[in-house]
Amino acid sequence: MSLDADDIKNIAKLARLKIDDADVADYATNLSNILDLVEQMNSVDTEGVVPMSHPLEVIQRLRDDAVTESNQRDDFQSVAPATQDGLYLVPKVIE
Amino acid sequence: MNYEAVIGLEIHVQLATKSKIFSGASTAYGAEPNTQACAVDVALPGVLPVLNKEAVHMATKFGLAIDAEVAHRSVFARKNYFYPDLPKGYQISQFELPIVGKGHIDIELEDGETKRIGVTRAHLEEDAGKSLHEDFAGMTGIDLNRAGTPLLEVVSEPDMRSAAEAVAYMKKLHSLVRYLEICDGNMQEGSFRCDANVSVRPRGQQEFGTRAEIKNINSFRFVERAINHEIERQIDLIEDGGEVVQETRLYDANKDETRSMRSKEEANDYRYFPDPDLLPVVIDDKYLDEVRGELPELPDQKKQRYMDEFDLSAYDAGVLTGSRELADYFETVAAKTGDAKLSANWVTGELAARLNKEEVEITDSKVSAEEYAGLISRIKDNTISGKIAKEVFDAMWNGEGSADEVIESKGLKQITDTGAIEAMVDEVIANNPEQFEQLKGGKDKLMGFFVGQVMKASKGKANPAQVNELMRKKLNS
Repeated sequence: MSLDADDIKNIAKLARLKIDDADVADYATNLSNILDLVEQMNSVDTEGVVPMSHPLEVIQRLRDDAVTESNQRDDFQSVAPATQDGLYLVPKVIE
Repeated sequence: MNYEAVIGLEIHVQLATKSKIFSGASTAYGAEPNTQACAVDVALPGVLPVLNKEAVHMATKFGLAIDAEVAHRSVFARKNYFYPDLPKGYQISQFELPIVGKGHIDIELEDGETKRIGVTRAHLEEDAGKSLHEDFAGMTGIDLNRAGTPLLEVVSEPDMRSAAEAVAYMKKLHSLVRYLEICDGNMQEGSFRCDANVSVRPRGQQEFGTRAEIKNINSFRFVERAINHEIERQIDLIEDGGEVVQETRLYDANKDETRSMRSKEEANDYRYFPDPDLLPVVIDDKYLDEVRGELPELPDQKKQRYMDEFDLSAYDAGVLTGSRELADYFETVAAKTGDAKLSANWVTGELAARLNKEEVEITDSKVSAEEYAGLISRIKDNTISGKIAKEVFDAMWNGEGSADEVIESKGLKQITDTGAIEAMVDEVIANNPEQFEQLKGGKDKLMGFFVGQVMKASKGKANPAQVNELMRKKLNS
C-alpha cells in the first residue's frame, strides 16, 4: 500500500498539522513503509483470535456516579488566551 | 412514478446521571458557562477518563428492555475530529464493540397494526460542549459544561417507510427511556435529539437510494415536517433528472426547509481506534440478571395488562400507557374509584383534552389523581351526571375546590327525588300538548325532545335514566 502526495496533505489537514511541501515526499515514503509493515502483519492467520483492544489483560474499573469536582473555572481560564463572560474564546468556527 | 421513502433514525438519549461519563463534574442543566467543566472535560494534559458506573447500568437497562444482546465485552474508541467544542481533539465513543447490540422496538401504526422496527445498536459516548457564534468580536465562545455528558446513541435499522412511522418510533423510544428512568426526555433542553437518514426509491425497487442525513431535529412535530420535506425534495430532484448526493443537511424550522451543511466525503474521516486510556468494559451474566430484575413494567406489557385486566380497548390502553406518568395517574384514579373503565374514559377524555388544550404535562395537572378520582366517584354513585361532571371539572381545574365542595357550593347534586322529577315531566307535557299527542301517536323521535326539555328545566340535574322511565310511564298511562 502506497500513499501519494495528496493522501499526505489530507492526513495533515485532518490532523491540523502544517507541513512543508518539500517534506511531503519523505512523509509519503516513511508512512507508506509503516503501512507496508501493517500489510505484512495482515497476512498472518488470526482465525479464532479475539482482537485485542488493550495490551493489558485487565478490565475497566467503574466510578460511582457522584459529583466530586468543584468549580475551578477561574484557575483554568487564567491560562486561557482569551475569555469573556465565562466562555473560552477561539478563532471563529463556522459550519 | 410512485416512490417509497426509507428512513432510519439515530437518537441521542442523554442519560440522567448526576455526574459526567468520564469525570466527576456535574451534569445539571443551566449552570453558568464552564463552571461544570473540570480538568478532564477541558482536556488539560495528563488527565485520564474514569467510566461512570451508572452510565453502564442505564445502557444495560435499555439493552435488556429492547430485547437486545448486551455485550459481555465492549470497547471505547476515539472518534477523531478537531472542533473546539471537544478540546481533546476526539470524542470518546464506541465503534466496533458497542455495549448494546441488535434489538427491536414495536410501534403502532395508524391503522392499528403493529410494526417491528429493528435497532441496529446503541453505544455510549460523551457529548460535546456548545459553541456560541454571536457577539464576541469576531470570535467564537465555548461553553464546555455539556462536554462529557453521557449519551446513549440509539441507531435504528432503515425500517421506517414514512414520516409518521418515524415519529411513532421516536415517541415510543421517548416513552421507553422515561419508563426506564434513564433520561428525563426534555427535548427543549436537548436531552433527546434526533438525526434522520432519509432516502427514496421507486416502489418495488430492492436497493436503497442515496441518503441524506438531517441533523438535530428536536421535536416530534419538526421530525415529521423535516422528513416529509426531505422526501419531497429528493423526489423533485430525481423527477427533474437530478441525483441525490450523500450529505448532511440541517432543518430550518422557521423556513420549513432543509439545507446542505457539509458533504460527507470531504469532512468525515474519523479514524476510529480503541482508546488506550480506557479498558474493555466487561459485564457478566450475574449482573445482567440483577439488572433484568430491576426493570419496571414496560409500556407494551402494561398495555396488554390494561386490556386483559381492565377490559380496555387497545386504543385506550395505548393512550394511557403512552407515558409512565399518565399510566401512574390512571392507576391511582382507577384504584380509588374501583371502576377502571369509567376512569379510563375520563382520563383519556376530559382530562387529556384539557391537558392538550392548555399544553400542560400530566405531572403539572391542576387536578391531582386523587381529586379526579373524587369527581369520577360522584358520577359512579349517580350524584351527578356526566354532563354536570364536566362543569364540576372546570371549576376544579380553576381551583374552586374538590368535587364534593364544588357540587355542594354550586348546588349541582343530581335530582333523584322521583316526585320532583315527575312534577317537571308533567309541566313539560302540559306546555307541549301537541307534541305529546304526536309522541303518543308513534312519533318516537319526540322522546328525545321531551327528555331534553326536562333536563333543561332541571338545569341538567335530573337523572336522565329516571326522566326516561317517567316519560314512558306517562305514555302508557
